[in-house]
Amino acid sequence: MNKKRNKLLPNLKKSYQLFLLLLPSAVLLFCFAYLPMVGIIIAFQNYSPALGITGSQFVGFKNFIQYFNSYQFGVTIKNTLVLSLYSILVGFPLPILLALMCNQMKTKMFKKVFQVITYLPHFISTMVMCGLILIFLSPSSGLFANLFKLFGAEFPNLMASASAFKHVYVWSDIWQHLGWDSIIYLAALAGIDPTYYEAATVDGASTLQKIKYIDIPMILPTAMVLLILRAGSILGIGFEKVFLLQNVQNIMSSEIISTYVYKMGMQSMQYSLSTAIGLFNTVVNLVVLLMVNFFARKTTESSLF
Amino acid sequence: MKRKRLTQDVFVNILFHLIAVIMILMVIYPLWFVIIASFSNPADVASGKVWIWPKVIDVRGYQKLFEQSQIWKSYLNTIIYTLVGTFVALIVNISAGYAMSRKDMPGRRWINLFYVIPMFVNGGLIPTYLVVKGFGLLDSFWVMVIPFSVSTYNIIVARTFFESSLPESLWEAAQIDGCSTLRYFFSFAVPLSKAVIAVVGLWTAVGLWNSWFNALIYLQNENLIPLQLLLRRILIANESLLGAATGTMAQELRQLSDMMKYGSIVVSTLPIMMLYPFLQKYFNQGVMIGAVKG
Repeated sequence: MNKKRNKLLPNLKKSYQLFLLLLPSAVLLFCFAYLPMVGIIIAFQNYSPALGITGSQFVGFKNFIQYFNSYQFGVTIKNTLVLSLYSILVGFPLPILLALMCNQMKTKMFKKVFQVITYLPHFISTMVMCGLILIFLSPSSGLFANLFKLFGAEFPNLMASASAFKHVYVWSDIWQHLGWDSIIYLAALAGIDPTYYEAATVDGASTLQKIKYIDIPMILPTAMVLLILRAGSILGIGFEKVFLLQNVQNIMSSEIISTYVYKMGMQSMQYSLSTAIGLFNTVVNLVVLLMVNFFARKTTESSLF
Repeated sequence: MKRKRLTQDVFVNILFHLIAVIMILMVIYPLWFVIIASFSNPADVASGKVWIWPKVIDVRGYQKLFEQSQIWKSYLNTIIYTLVGTFVALIVNISAGYAMSRKDMPGRRWINLFYVIPMFVNGGLIPTYLVVKGFGLLDSFWVMVIPFSVSTYNIIVARTFFESSLPESLWEAAQIDGCSTLRYFFSFAVPLSKAVIAVVGLWTAVGLWNSWFNALIYLQNENLIPLQLLLRRILIANESLLGAATGTMAQELRQLSDMMKYGSIVVSTLPIMMLYPFLQKYFNQGVMIGAVKG
């Protein structure tokens, strides 16, 4: 014991400068990531700002039960799951297909231009993206409405329709991020030994056969890890875009857990209820991530940890 | 047999390029349309007369936009938040990344854990809000640039870079010559890692330029509002910055605010789009460095 400490002390002396380099980020993480975790206590309290965390009354799981029994529980869970699963269903395979396609393009120049252009929308801010969606989908003067008018058809007011919300959300996301999301697969494809293709060509393999027997098996591990990550955040769908596209008419399918947490907390000032819902969300996310990771490790040998 | 395969390949090749061309058009056209619409007469745009080029060039939208002092103020705010925020984030994350790349760091595993946990667990909206409030940072300039500047992801990117491209022998040699860790970091590690600094800096800058959530939660003061939150009023809440009017004036005013919408999109997105082609190389590199680890 004593010996160990003796070894540690000069060690610390020698490396205090390393800790100095870590200090700013560690302090910030402690203050703004770990201290709020302590604040989770208020999910189990009837928190009032006047009394503070130490003075507020402890109520156990009352806030959770209130949420589970509320009408909003079913609605928010359902909407979150629908948007999330729909996003994975479309947003997971399409970048893979795009990367497979892009990888087979023989013209270097064209490939380059194609990549630069399809990555471009990724850098548009969520705010501007939602602005674009609203402008283009406007039933009176939007681009789509005018396009439909050319063919004498009427363009429906998609933003006012609860059933169309998921399609608008998911497909606009595809438009914005499809190219960018394919980068990681392209990187995996670029790492394939070119002699594989040469051998395949000698054996008379067609382009499609090369994709099927070389490309797909090679990117499977990457795809698996990304799928785990996505599945792990199944209830963690981004707040920003849904919040901005939400309106009174589509609220029935656009109220998700995170927007509800915001409304309860920042607008209705129900701090404890909001925190409880947020905590429930985080816990479910974590459990799903661990489960998917466990399952993936058992079946495919690729996992996060 | 061979012949059949060849024709199939040619067909597949043509198909792939065709799909690519369609995709290029689908990405480019909406962006192009925003630009021409911002320079067009609003009535032409609304009635579908503008498709490829403005019927008449009309810059009233931009004129009205630039007359709003709010735009200038929030634009300036965003520039300052982006510059200062990127600077802070670089200091915080690059130095942490370097420290964690050193094999002789005591308690490396525990420190790693300390940094990774917040990626998966967080206190949530209200507890974080209360902490920020407790520090007296509500409605202050600093809340936009300091509290949330740590990015574990960027730290990992930096660490991976230092581990793979700074030879350990360099540090050993410097150490023998009596160089301290801090001195080595500032005079060797940083100058030799311009690539990773560029990557992390660019990502951070784009993120800050586009961000508004923290401003929504923590800022009330009109004078501190960033551009993206002002855009929320123009684009999403459909608020007219020009005030109210009635009758024929109202119709014109509505069309003018439509023009301002297109204009504000162009003005706010232009800086990133202009830089993008030059920076693309770095952005890609970042994904690669991150991917090695991920």
